[in-house]
Amino acid sequence: MTITDTPRASEAPAPEPPAVRTRGARKRLVPYWLLLPGILWLVVFFALPMVYQASTSVQTGSLEQGFQVTWHFATYWEAFTEYWPQFVRSLLYAGTATVLCLLLGYPLAYLIAFKAGRWRNLLLVLVVAPFFTSFLIRTLAWKTILADGGAVVGAMDALHVLDVTNWLGWTQGDRVLATPLAVVCGLTYNFLPFMILPLYTSLERIDGRLHEAAKDLYASPATTFRKVTFPLSMPGVVSGTLLTFIPASGDYVNAELLGSTDTKMVGNVIQSQFLRVLDYPTAAALSFILMAIVLIMVTVYIRRAGTEDLV
Amino acid sequence: MRWLRKNLVVVAGLLTLAYMILPNIVVMVFSFNKPAGRFNYAWREFSADAWRDPCGVADLCGSLALSLQLAAWATLGATVLGTMIAFALVRYRFRARGAVNSLIFLPMSMPEVVMAASLLTLFLNMGAELGFWTVLIAHIMFCLSFVVVAVKARVMSMDPRLEEAAKDLYAGPVQTFLRVTLPIAAPGIAAGALLAFALSFDDFIITNFNAGSTVTFPMFVWGSAQRGTPVQINVIGTAMFVIAVLVVVAGQVAAGRRRRTAQQ
Repeated sequence: MTITDTPRASEAPAPEPPAVRTRGARKRLVPYWLLLPGILWLVVFFALPMVYQASTSVQTGSLEQGFQVTWHFATYWEAFTEYWPQFVRSLLYAGTATVLCLLLGYPLAYLIAFKAGRWRNLLLVLVVAPFFTSFLIRTLAWKTILADGGAVVGAMDALHVLDVTNWLGWTQGDRVLATPLAVVCGLTYNFLPFMILPLYTSLERIDGRLHEAAKDLYASPATTFRKVTFPLSMPGVVSGTLLTFIPASGDYVNAELLGSTDTKMVGNVIQSQFLRVLDYPTAAALSFILMAIVLIMVTVYIRRAGTEDLV
Repeated sequence: MRWLRKNLVVVAGLLTLAYMILPNIVVMVFSFNKPAGRFNYAWREFSADAWRDPCGVADLCGSLALSLQLAAWATLGATVLGTMIAFALVRYRFRARGAVNSLIFLPMSMPEVVMAASLLTLFLNMGAELGFWTVLIAHIMFCLSFVVVAVKARVMSMDPRLEEAAKDLYAGPVQTFLRVTLPIAAPGIAAGALLAFALSFDDFIITNFNAGSTVTFPMFVWGSAQRGTPVQINVIGTAMFVIAVLVVVAGQVAAGRRRRTAQQ
């Protein structure tokens, strides 16, 4: 896909060798000039902050006396032992939301890819439509939907779903708001489009004749799905789950607006340490631990799922 | 029962769609509510007061204007920088390609909280004053990667021979770029720009960390969850939704027209 500098017949021969050399050199420099501003921006405002955060995480001190680098690595251990419940909760909620997104999103992506016909464009617009309203407003709307004594809670009570979720510890008494269920519900809702779009893209690429071939070879619809459709949609599954899990693991908006003090995630802790408690070393250490956990999990997952072309 | 078995996927898919659209409907309906207290969570009675006076709440429209300004500048910055990177990545071979690709990919594969926190440590260490400029810097930073991905996809499918042809017809490099390269790449650039605008306008976590006392629209909504949610928030949410739907419909109609004229 690259353009090689082929000398064209229409070009007059260059009058003197040095001019040719500078022009050649200039041509070679073109990609670097194109890259320079954007990459500089990313280095200064993405990579450099990580370095600053690393140094902050091994500092000790206080706001009054200022912070000095003392290579105090114990901060990591202290932060982790103090906040491990929030870490576990983050991974658990994000993982549950990711699985739910996959279960809810797959049928819709399948429907749009194979069964929508002329409704396809409309359905795709509807999938993206939630984005047209600020996600904070939509998250607040869940407060109305899951309100105490509201229709959803009433229906769950009548169908004895609440008894089950209470027993599992997902809800408490006759409330859904301010429980883990509400937070997971919000997370699932917020990141569902990020699951559906890559799934749809990979499903849409599948050649319809493969389904016919499977049918011709006496595969039942279930077998066709298991042996043909699902394996071929794997790239979409991988990128969809990553696009859901990564942002969900650091999210604190849903836990703050729909949860209670018992449903705090790591994001909430980092936010309050940074913006309210002003304990920068602990906050930086927590943020690094989260980054490490996510990067390790993602790397292992990509290796296991075995796709390299994510972008 | 047999019908249900046959159409299970359709039913499940439409149920998911309902789950996705439900909050938008609630937002719309509750823009016509007259709440009893400070919070607009429970339905009381119909009233269109908020629609008559959308800017009747202190600071609400100011924060909206600020968010639009931020999104416009962030889109401009991220689109220019991202398009340049995309062209360099697709059209040229150079050293450090892998490193550049990783640097583009990393911001997209990191929880937003981590980026937000590290940027704040940078700004604090530099003694930068938190506000409009720090937020704009942050927005350009995280929108960049998405623009690169969108534009790259388009540039990859472009035929370089078209530009060769332009050059053979004695078009200079500037003319070739403006009259051939840019028009062909335009859909990809537009998609990237649109994405950047949406991401910047709706961003909360990175903004929350780096805005200081500056209040963008999402931050206003966040604060209102503690102070009391005016109905006007729902009005603005609904208006945004309607405008976006109209833009999409107009785009679809225009595309359909173009296709028809092309067929003729």
